[in-house]
Amino acid sequence: MHSRSKNMALGALETLPLVVAAFPFGLVFGALAQGIGLRFAEALGMSAIVFAGASQFIALSLLASAALLPVIVFTVFVVNLRQMLYSANLMHHTGHWPQPLRALLAFWLTDETFAVVTDRLNRHPGEPGLRWFYLGSALFMYCFWQLATVLGYLLGERVPGLANWGLDVAMIVAFIGIVVPALRRRADWACGATAFAAALLTHDWPHQSGLLCASLLAIAVGMWASRVGQA
Amino acid sequence: MNIWLLIAMMALVTYLPRYLPMALAGRVRLPAPLGQALDFVPIAVLTAIIAQGALVRGGAVDFSLGNLHALAALAAFGAALLWRRLFVTIAVGLGCFVLLRLLL
Repeated sequence: MHSRSKNMALGALETLPLVVAAFPFGLVFGALAQGIGLRFAEALGMSAIVFAGASQFIALSLLASAALLPVIVFTVFVVNLRQMLYSANLMHHTGHWPQPLRALLAFWLTDETFAVVTDRLNRHPGEPGLRWFYLGSALFMYCFWQLATVLGYLLGERVPGLANWGLDVAMIVAFIGIVVPALRRRADWACGATAFAAALLTHDWPHQSGLLCASLLAIAVGMWASRVGQA
Repeated sequence: MNIWLLIAMMALVTYLPRYLPMALAGRVRLPAPLGQALDFVPIAVLTAIIAQGALVRGGAVDFSLGNLHALAALAAFGAALLWRRLFVTIAVGLGCFVLLRLLL
């Protein structure tokens, strides 16, 4: 029992910097949702039921441009394929979890929780209590995402132009803080450099498909580089 | 459009990719090269998001000095290389962004 709560607290603590960075992002989401005319319950409902930052932003921008429902749903699906890569990455470590637990924890699989869970797996491989660590991180992230949505919506009514302050920069610097320490081998750098260049070259592809293609290409280059490095 | 229907459909296409691989874990064995490929996922995906977030402004790649997102990202990159502490990286990146906004 003791190690359960300890692991949950640790998961929340390690997610704290990412929550700090995601919070402004959630504020912007709430403000944007208010700006394009979603009701309060709808904005909060999207954060509570979908719980995926990128998907939510894309839905808003497509709603604002009066896209059809199937178009929005398809775009969100394509954008979420990267979460599928995350989930597949965690397959090694979740194989012995009971199925209902997996079904529950998968709902909270975000960039942030994935990042702290992989960080822990890198630093303390095989340490027990991963599920509680994951749960602590996920719940912490979830609560603050709802809070940010609510505050953003309320602020959006009072502070015009909040959505254009560039608060999304917080997410970018947070991701930099996660990726850089993970760049250890030469193959990691090759993978990162490829992802960087390819993402810029494909930025105008539809439905953010460039993001996915750039990632897949970068993974291929990383694997090739690690083969060459071993030979 | 019915927003609640949209939310329900979005929830479905968000949840399934998150859950399906985890659901199959332990039941299917991944071939070794695939497992190796998945190790590169965090770096590949997050770097692609960083590149677009920092350098694509208003639908075009912007390498100019007026791109504050890129400057803040550069500062964060330097801080991350030097100190490797997430909190420090975020503080330096955000601090740089706020400072530049106030100055320019």
